[in-house]
Formats: sequence, structure tokens, C-alpha cells
Amino acid sequence: MAKARNVNRPLSPHLQVWKWGPHMLVSILHRATGTGMATVGVFVFLWWLGAIAAGETHYAKFMDLLTVESGAPNIAGYILGIGLTLSFFQHMMSGIRHFWMDAGAAFELKANKRFAVLTMVVAVLLTAALWGYISYERLKAAPAVSAPIAVETK
Amino acid sequence: MGNGTHIGRVRGLGAAHEGTHHWVTQRLTAGSNLLLMLWLIVSLVRLPELSYGVVQAWLSSPWAAVPMILLVISVFNHFRLGLQVVIEDYQHDETRIVLMTLLNYFTVAAGTFAIFSILKIAFTVVTPGAPA
Repeated sequence: MAKARNVNRPLSPHLQVWKWGPHMLVSILHRATGTGMATVGVFVFLWWLGAIAAGETHYAKFMDLLTVESGAPNIAGYILGIGLTLSFFQHMMSGIRHFWMDAGAAFELKANKRFAVLTMVVAVLLTAALWGYISYERLKAAPAVSAPIAVETK
Repeated sequence: MGNGTHIGRVRGLGAAHEGTHHWVTQRLTAGSNLLLMLWLIVSLVRLPELSYGVVQAWLSSPWAAVPMILLVISVFNHFRLGLQVVIEDYQHDETRIVLMTLLNYFTVAAGTFAIFSILKIAFTVVTPGAPA
């Protein structure tokens, strides 16, 4: 099918000839975040469920890969956690924008652009709020003895 | 074709001969994903900690296991439809058939594994302190 194209005929204009706007970025982000969650996200999700089902030792191994001893995420945990939640919120917000546009609304240039920018702003804010809350809860719950200053020994 | 009413002749058809089924299912699952994923995130964040005991006890309750199974059904259907469009857009030769087949096998296998895991968690009695 791909080789059926007559090379003497012009191609229709593609990505690189258009002036970039937020609507293009949001459209591509929707696809990229969706594909990312369907692959990486589903992989982590299945591993997590499988580990719980396999029992305590397997679950401990899974958690050990993503967290430090105190239960806080390690670097891999933060990259996956923040990456997947940001992807989710972006996909969610551009998905809600799709619902809006399915109803025939927000096709005017200005409104369309404004809602496209808004999906990204809200996605970042929701991700920051979620991880801020998680960190706050952990700080609040942390016992005083786990403070690094208390483990100093002479 | 040719018999029946006007609406009967176009319903469920269109260029791909399947009409709006893909489009509608994608939206339908998007709506249920929205509710179920927000439920999952809020539930996980509200757990006191993500230790085995806490997560296992949470997921063995029907109030968590049932929405979790619904989430798997909804999200996995949604991503199958989404990845199908991605494949259709970028793959034009035989690889399209291969990838489409793999996508369908993967979705069903992964979904079955996920639901089996949830059921196993829900139906396994864990005695605290006993080796798992």
C-alpha cells in the first residue's frame, strides 16, 4: 500500500510546514501520553497486580525497585510515578477537551487555542498538587527518629 | 442492501463498513476511565501506606476489587482502540496486520492476567505473620 504512491505527485503538506500552535501540541501529546500509558503504564500496572497476587516476598521485590527504605519513591519511582501521573492528567484533560469539541463547541480560533493551553496548565497543576499532597502526608507521618540528625552517632 | 428503510441501510455502515462503533466505544470507555482512574488514584493516595498488608487488605474488599476489574475492562478496551488508530495511521504495509493481531492478543492476554490477579488477591485469605 505504501509503495502505491506516485512519486511524481506532490505530498500534502505535513507537520513541518505548519506554524506550530498549542492545538497541534495537545493533539500530539494526547497520542503520545496515550501510547505511553498503554505500554509503560500497563506494564507497571500488570507487574504491580501480579506482585500482590504472588504474595508478600514478590510484592516486596517490586516495591524495592521503586522505593527507598522509608517507603518514599526512589529515582525510578519518581520518574515512573510523576511521568505516568502527568501523562494521565494530560490525557484526561485533552480527553475532556475532545468531549467538548465532540459537542461542536470551542472550534473558534481563540477559544480552541485557549482550551488547548488550559489542558496543559491544568495537567501540570493537578500533577503538582497530587505529588505535593503525597509528600506532605509522608512528611507529616514520618516519625521524628527518622530525621537524619538523630542518627548521628559518636 | 437495497431493502429496508433509509436509516436501516446506513446504520452501522460507512467507509469502513462498521459505522461509528469504534468512535462511540472510545468515548464510552473514556467516560468510565475518567471515573475509575480518578477512583484508583484517590484510593491509592488515601491508603496509609503501600505495604503488602495494607494493599492486599484493600484490594481483597469487593469495594476495591469490583471497580478494579471494571477499570481493567474499560481501560484495556480504550487503549486497544487507541493503539489501533495509531497503528492504522503509521503502518501501511503487511506490518499493519501483524501489529494489529499482536495488539489484540496482547490486550486479551494482559486483561485476563490482570483480572485473574485481582480475583486471586480478593479470594486469597492472608494470615498475618504467615509466610506468603
